[in-house]
Amino acid sequence: MQLQLTEEERAFREEMRTFFNDEVPKELRDGIGRGDEQFKEAVVKTQQLLNAKGLAVPSWPEEYGGQDWTPLQKHIWHEEMQLAGVIPPLAFNANMIGPVIANFGSDEMKEKFLAKTANLDIWWCQGFSEPNAGSDLASLSTKAVRDGDDWVINGQKTWTTLGQHADWIFVLCRTNPDVKKQAGISMILCPMDAEGVTLRPIQLIDGGHEVNEVFFEDVRVPAENLVGEENAGWTYAKFLLGNERVGVAPVGATKRNLAIAKEKAQETGALDDPALQATIVDLENELLALELTALRVAANSDGGKPHPASSVLKLKGTVLQQAVSELLVDVFGPLSVGSGAADVADGSDLPALARTATPTYLNLRKASIYGGSNEVQRQIIAGNILGL
Amino acid sequence: MDFLLDDEQEALRDAVRGLLKGYDAEKRRQVTDADPGFDEAMWKKLADMGVLGLPFPEDVGGSGAGPAEVSVVAEEIGRVIAPEPFVEAVVFAGGLVAALGSDGQKKEILGGLSAGELLPAVAWMSPHGDDEGVTVDGDTLTGVKEPVLNGARADVLLVLAEGGLFVVKGEDVDAHGERTSYRTVDGGRAARVSFDKTPATPLGDGGDAHDAFEMLVAIARIAYGHEALGAMESGLSMTTEYLKTRKQFGVTLNTFQALTFRAADMYTSVELTRSIVMWATMVLADAGDPALVKDAARRSKLQVSRAGRHIGQEAIQLHGGIGMTMEYAVGHITTRLTTIDHLLGDGREQGRALRENLTSYGVVEPLP
Repeated sequence: MQLQLTEEERAFREEMRTFFNDEVPKELRDGIGRGDEQFKEAVVKTQQLLNAKGLAVPSWPEEYGGQDWTPLQKHIWHEEMQLAGVIPPLAFNANMIGPVIANFGSDEMKEKFLAKTANLDIWWCQGFSEPNAGSDLASLSTKAVRDGDDWVINGQKTWTTLGQHADWIFVLCRTNPDVKKQAGISMILCPMDAEGVTLRPIQLIDGGHEVNEVFFEDVRVPAENLVGEENAGWTYAKFLLGNERVGVAPVGATKRNLAIAKEKAQETGALDDPALQATIVDLENELLALELTALRVAANSDGGKPHPASSVLKLKGTVLQQAVSELLVDVFGPLSVGSGAADVADGSDLPALARTATPTYLNLRKASIYGGSNEVQRQIIAGNILGL
Repeated sequence: MDFLLDDEQEALRDAVRGLLKGYDAEKRRQVTDADPGFDEAMWKKLADMGVLGLPFPEDVGGSGAGPAEVSVVAEEIGRVIAPEPFVEAVVFAGGLVAALGSDGQKKEILGGLSAGELLPAVAWMSPHGDDEGVTVDGDTLTGVKEPVLNGARADVLLVLAEGGLFVVKGEDVDAHGERTSYRTVDGGRAARVSFDKTPATPLGDGGDAHDAFEMLVAIARIAYGHEALGAMESGLSMTTEYLKTRKQFGVTLNTFQALTFRAADMYTSVELTRSIVMWATMVLADAGDPALVKDAARRSKLQVSRAGRHIGQEAIQLHGGIGMTMEYAVGHITTRLTTIDHLLGDGREQGRALRENLTSYGVVEPLP
């Protein structure tokens, strides 16, 4: 048992902290909401800045821009990035399709996509969920049929996050309807501007446009756009969702938000209330336990086998993320209802955070739903770990 | 940063686990039914294994081990909820003597404790819920301490009085005062100890013992965290076993998602607790700023309080009626977790103390 980081790890942490705080411009870090006009630009700029330093896709194989880091280094990278308020590399690129192509794609596919995916020259979106395939993803029904040298795709995807910015979509399609549902799925890459692809925005309760429906009507893509093997898509999807769960406990960002809530509560006087103080103490302590669990997983995972405790990270991480967002709404009280107010210059005196607190709180209800809902996580813990 | 035990620590764990293997619900019940509430023969065996002198210097009969080794033993004690007072006598009472005692006191008390021949107990609580109740008059003490854990069985009492700590022999209390023993909720023993001009010697140089006492409270809180963790892990594994085997409505209970989801939440609580109590021990072992150790101890105790209640309550609920009975072990776990929760400050008390510093930092930084 050893508390201290090694000298190298400490130096690494310092290096990350310095880079994220000093070299990522403040205007790219603070207050960029997903609804903002500048959002896409900020995401791209940030990722390209990171990529130039080799910090965008550290988990990829080294030959495609990854880093030979220990799990603990990856953890430190991820935490420091969040603590500094840096927009993380786009998950669809960095955590999802990139690693899938690097591990299962053909050489041509790697050549065509990986560098541009790491650099966010291509913006990917995810074509997984369907109106009738949510948590039960394997029951999806979007169909791809081989016709000569093409795949022809028909069907509908939904909850396609940031699809409005995307250049390409990775789509799970049913390519064999006659076998067990998991065994007849393939992953196909499709340009968003292909003929027959239609995107329809879904308005969310936070007032923003973050997710979309994507319709496929006789969409033709060349056969080479199939990832890996035909009918092996479920394996790739599981691999990808495994990556999605890693680092899905947003400890650093939640810590940062809790510190902000505490600061604001002090400013507004809300922190004079012992009940609010007690809530913050409890949240800080639960967050500490979560961070230490993430560290335990990172420091003591060997051979790439996930540590059993890693399953609690998504579950508890999203619960705390949501609780902190709820706290910030409470801190602003009635001021928090004015989400549509403009800047002071344009006629509102409400603090900027008061305007965004509730939309953020509402938006984050998604956290316990996506990436395997928290009920799915409990199912995994009960089944795989406890043997129930 | 490393949360793993080394080979020697694992060997210690296995040895202690092996020694305590016989502790099932029946044995625990027999032992706790009779005074002194723990097994004297087992206590001697723990001494022979070197466990009772673990944290003390070698020249007083100990083996000079660190907080990690202490945590390993506490966890094994908790795992079978052994009633032997390891944290109370070795970590807390022994720790106070090691921190403050004169050479002679260390030799006598820690030597005797390490050999399993002398049991010290700390008398710090008053029946009014504070740590007062006893006054100093020359070299005697007068007043009442209660509850004093193992107070009637103890050969030596370390009495907190007017901010100082005093060594009082058990036989002197019996001659100049009284010890009335009773059961505690977890099957242990505590006593009302009254002092009536009872002869007392200052521990070490005498004077204000506040700083050392606070530090030992922190160290004991951390050790209790490990004992509670061991108990929680047993509570969870007993519960999952039960869900897999107990049949109702013609099927095993793990058929019901309402139950398995609650077990999953118990697992989450236990893992979060393991992370924080191990961290607290690492902070202690790192031997930095005492303020950091005290803060880590409070944070650990807060989590242990929350999780202990969660595990203790859910373990009984998921077992149903059998969990309420003395003959089945799971309820005993709840009694012990409840006891540990309320000793040395429960979650509410830790939260109150942590609130005082709330605005002095932005985020909690676990790594130096």
